[in-house]
Amino acid sequence: MPKLTIQDLEKIREQARFAMAVREGGEFRAKVNVHMGTCGIAAGARTIMTALMKEVETRSLHDVLLTSSGCAGLCSQEPMITVELAGRPPVKYANLTEMKIREIFDKHILGGAIVKDWALGIGSENTEP
Amino acid sequence: MIEQARTKTYRLHLMVCAGTGCVSNHSFEIKTALEAEILRRGLENEVSVVPTGCNGFCERGPILVVQPGNIFYQQLAVKDVPHLVEEHFLKGRPVFKLMYSPPETKTPVPVLGDIPFFKKQVLIALRNRGLIDPEKIDEAIARDGYRAMIKALTEMTPEKIIAEITLSGLRGRGGAGFPTGLKWQLVRNALSPNGGQKYIVCNGDEGDPGAFMDRSILEADPHAIIEGMVIGAKAVGATAGFVYVRNEYPLAVERLGTALRQAREYGLLGRDILGTGFDFDIQVKRGAGAFVCGEETALLGSIEGRLGEPRPRPPYPAQSGLWGKPTCINNVETWANVPAIISRGAKWYAGIGTPTSKGTKVFSLVGKINNTGLVEVPMGISLREIIYDIGGGIPGGKAFKAVQTGGPSGGCIPKEKIDLPIDYESLSAAGSMMGSGGMVIMDEDTCMVDIARYFLTFTHEESCGKCTPCREGTKAMLDILTRITEGKGIPEDIVLLEQLAQAIKDSALCGLGKTAPNPVLTTLRYFRDEYEAHIRQKKCPAHVCRQLNTYTIDPRLCLDKGRGCDVCRRNCASEAITGRKNEAHAIIPSQCIKCGICFDVCAFGAVKVD
Repeated sequence: MPKLTIQDLEKIREQARFAMAVREGGEFRAKVNVHMGTCGIAAGARTIMTALMKEVETRSLHDVLLTSSGCAGLCSQEPMITVELAGRPPVKYANLTEMKIREIFDKHILGGAIVKDWALGIGSENTEP
Repeated sequence: MIEQARTKTYRLHLMVCAGTGCVSNHSFEIKTALEAEILRRGLENEVSVVPTGCNGFCERGPILVVQPGNIFYQQLAVKDVPHLVEEHFLKGRPVFKLMYSPPETKTPVPVLGDIPFFKKQVLIALRNRGLIDPEKIDEAIARDGYRAMIKALTEMTPEKIIAEITLSGLRGRGGAGFPTGLKWQLVRNALSPNGGQKYIVCNGDEGDPGAFMDRSILEADPHAIIEGMVIGAKAVGATAGFVYVRNEYPLAVERLGTALRQAREYGLLGRDILGTGFDFDIQVKRGAGAFVCGEETALLGSIEGRLGEPRPRPPYPAQSGLWGKPTCINNVETWANVPAIISRGAKWYAGIGTPTSKGTKVFSLVGKINNTGLVEVPMGISLREIIYDIGGGIPGGKAFKAVQTGGPSGGCIPKEKIDLPIDYESLSAAGSMMGSGGMVIMDEDTCMVDIARYFLTFTHEESCGKCTPCREGTKAMLDILTRITEGKGIPEDIVLLEQLAQAIKDSALCGLGKTAPNPVLTTLRYFRDEYEAHIRQKKCPAHVCRQLNTYTIDPRLCLDKGRGCDVCRRNCASEAITGRKNEAHAIIPSQCIKCGICFDVCAFGAVKVD
């Protein structure tokens, strides 16, 4: 392969840094949690995760964190996600499809505006006894 | 291929430790099992498995750290993998039973940064620890690899580079602590006979028992070494470099070879590096594992193809090194610090550490310590913090007795000095040395005469034999020590040992001989009473020197607790035990060969040693 210039090396650095961003543990613009209990998976949570990953990858976002967690307790309304923008209370969405994900991604995750039609509620469950 | 690796993103990165410690604990099998299970669950586009260099917490291997989140899993077995993949990586429920629980709280600590072992560490030489795949140059580059090199090649004059290194206060991490900037200046100033060639050498001939810092750095982050060496080459005016590494470090040799190949492909080594007009390339020279080849003149001889024997200095390698040319030789860890100093500046580096010793030091913690592993700590940290806060104290609730720093060339530091802040000067004043950074922890069951004998056995065996003081002197000292441990010591032995030690220190040719008496001198200084007990009372206070022990059986315990179980008699090699089952047993002193087997096999503590 041809030898690189300093600019080429910087390009490689940027690309690799993007792919490795989740290892660095810095600040994230948004955290999206897919509820991945057995109920969620049965209702299609895996497809939701794949759709989210596709959005992150095609838009080259290094500051949107995708995580999974267990059943949220509302099995009848799966698949569900929780979107948490930095410094704002988490928002839960239910009965999701790939099409809805695209809209939530554009409007809420990137635009900061909650998609009220599909939002289940704002805030988390009270975890204190 | 590289293109795809670069752009593909995963939501989870499973950082599997693939340092030598975890590899020997089958971490590659864990990696294979993870990959298979991830595939089976259809997670291959979501979760990636990344082999990394040594994580440091070797005691707990095989280790897996999950990113994002920095979740630390330990002591994994292949059978744990399906559950872990389903629960955590698919369903997002971390598996607590595979996490580390500190012995004092017994509560799992999920996040690596919250584990006491990692808390007090400051990573400079190990800055990429657990974060990159050492066989992928792009990952090193992403973590700012080669950025300092570009800065040095495009923005800095050799004088400026040397000034920066000098100002940082960096000193040789191989042991002696010579100021690195000064060494580089000497090589820069040296005139090379017959046309300009100078050399850069990386000393990776780590030979101390219990030391594995250099190996771990080479395995985990080989590009840091390459980058440091290019910067050094520009500073001193060299165009060729060598990494001398022992062949018994196969993983280090392999990863370094891969790194060099990738760096050459990218044009980060070779002619006209990145179009800057600077030429430099590196060759790997594999050593055969002779301790003396860690001594710089012996190492240079070995690279040239001669016998690995030291020669008198001066001339120092800075004046006349490889093939008579000025040669800049530094240790692996020293080179690993260089890019960080150039990137972040001398002032930043000099702000860490003590007035005379700047920056951090990597230590390998081994011996009687709970958390065996590799740690990087700021200079000036106390032994207590390393042994108790990071190392987790002594196993089995035993008492700490001493620590050997600097390997066989260093010395034993006793528990009275546990609050000693560690730097080059304080360790020398205590009679030991920084050395390359091995720390062998000893507990109350360690006999200090026996330890001195052990280290001297090592240096005596590794002595190249070229100079008489080392060849014959270490032999004479070893004979005396062996005699003492066998109960044949005489009072004059202590004085004789001291005289011999001083004579060898004063007259040996190289560092190996000059430092070989250190373990004897420090144990004599701090544990003279143990020597005297061996010689005068013919007793080993730690009961390690078995020839000095007397074994007896407590008839009450034998009968009441053990019901005369007869195990000791059946195991006795010299038929020195009398008694039958359900009877109290006894040892016939004249027939006992003091092998200690009865003591080891008695489950009831009925065999007593004195």
